[in-house]
Amino acid sequence: MSFDNAYEAINDGAGEDAHWAFGTGFDDPLAGVDRALPAGVPVAELTAYCLMLGDDALVLSQRLAEWCSRAPELEEDVALANIALDLLGQARLLLSRAGEVEGAGRDEDTLAYLRDEHEFRNVRLVEIDCGPGPGGDFASTIARLLVFSSWRLAVFSRLVESADPVLSAVAAKGVKELAYHRDHAAQWTLRLAGGTEYSRERMVAGLARVWPLVGELFDPHPVELALPGVAVDPSLLRPEVDQVLDTVFGAAGLHRPEIAPLSPVAGRTGRDGAHTEALGYLLAEMQYLARSLPGASW
Amino acid sequence: MTARAVAEGVLDPELPVLTLAELGVLREVIESDDRVVVTITPTYSGCPAIEEMRRDLRTALTEAGYRDVEVRTVLAPAWTTDWISESGRRKLLEHGIAPPARVGPRPAGPVPLNLVPPPARVPCPRCGSAETTELSRFSATACKALRRCESCREPFEHVKEL
Ligand SMILES: [Zn+2]
Repeated sequence: MSFDNAYEAINDGAGEDAHWAFGTGFDDPLAGVDRALPAGVPVAELTAYCLMLGDDALVLSQRLAEWCSRAPELEEDVALANIALDLLGQARLLLSRAGEVEGAGRDEDTLAYLRDEHEFRNVRLVEIDCGPGPGGDFASTIARLLVFSSWRLAVFSRLVESADPVLSAVAAKGVKELAYHRDHAAQWTLRLAGGTEYSRERMVAGLARVWPLVGELFDPHPVELALPGVAVDPSLLRPEVDQVLDTVFGAAGLHRPEIAPLSPVAGRTGRDGAHTEALGYLLAEMQYLARSLPGASW
Repeated sequence: MTARAVAEGVLDPELPVLTLAELGVLREVIESDDRVVVTITPTYSGCPAIEEMRRDLRTALTEAGYRDVEVRTVLAPAWTTDWISESGRRKLLEHGIAPPARVGPRPAGPVPLNLVPPPARVPCPRCGSAETTELSRFSATACKALRRCESCREPFEHVKEL
């Protein structure tokens, strides 16, 4: 299959002289795209899958952006902001694709700003408060980034082969970015674990903070299982991701935490819209402007 | 001027020493009558400069007399720093920015983990010394890392390999 021109993310948009108050200001981000869906792919499931991967990136991007001006050093401010921006870029493309596949007229902005908490399908790992502030610290932020980017890199490496040309293109681009993110987190893990006794304690505690939410990454969801050849079954990724994490832990002299996973709520997890209380606060801040001043620009 | 020549002359907003053509983001220029369709590809998924590029291309082509200009963005195949042309690399160096090394196609299998920044021979763009150290993988723009020369002690930017 040739991917040339398979994805036209952003076509000419009107109104680009206005600066964005929020969102992107594009009228039709997927205009001109090869909209053909692979034959036999269930539309509801493909929409949900794009939302799952898009929401993971959007929510973690928001969390990382919270560090801007508050990281331990200037270089790290810039690093976390760059990583957040990569994830935001991935989120835009995935939410645009979700809106297009769904066919109900929702664009990336509508999906990002006008959905309520229970409609978000991200894993709970990305939404918990890992600081700055009392909810966490830099070490837990690094621990989460290490786990998440290792997992997402494993997903995207396989998604490159997806029968959906848009998912495939997003993944091919994302693989390179996620590899940078993972290396960055791995190098900080070594630095913190190998620093002072205190920094090591904080790194150990950071891993313990995020570990209960790691299992959820690998639980196959009915949506993923309904899309053979299009989606990636995350239960198959555990050995590869564990190997990466064990390599980092080994080099850092850390042990893989032995902490029980956080239970689903009545059998439902983040992928089903059952979230921790942290997501509501995050969305309140992220969506405030768009909801109070619909269509605002300046 | 042909539409292609106009499009090829547009500068990158973040590395304004390079044209979009030299950066390798200009993928296709199709001209028919007074209609032009330009295709570009972003460097990074979240690259905010893509909007500037689209606007600059449209402005340049409109000013050159093309009335119907469309700028499309494609994601695949993904941009790589290998697409930065020889003249682009030379211009970067002339402006004190170290160009990326050639990376070639990605080998099959899992992406290797780098527990330490991979050894990179990035000569200093000022004095040519090979003794340079990475200060930060991330810099003012997503595509550049920050390094320092151990000989002349000057910091410099490096377009990192992607
Ligand atoms: Zn030097």
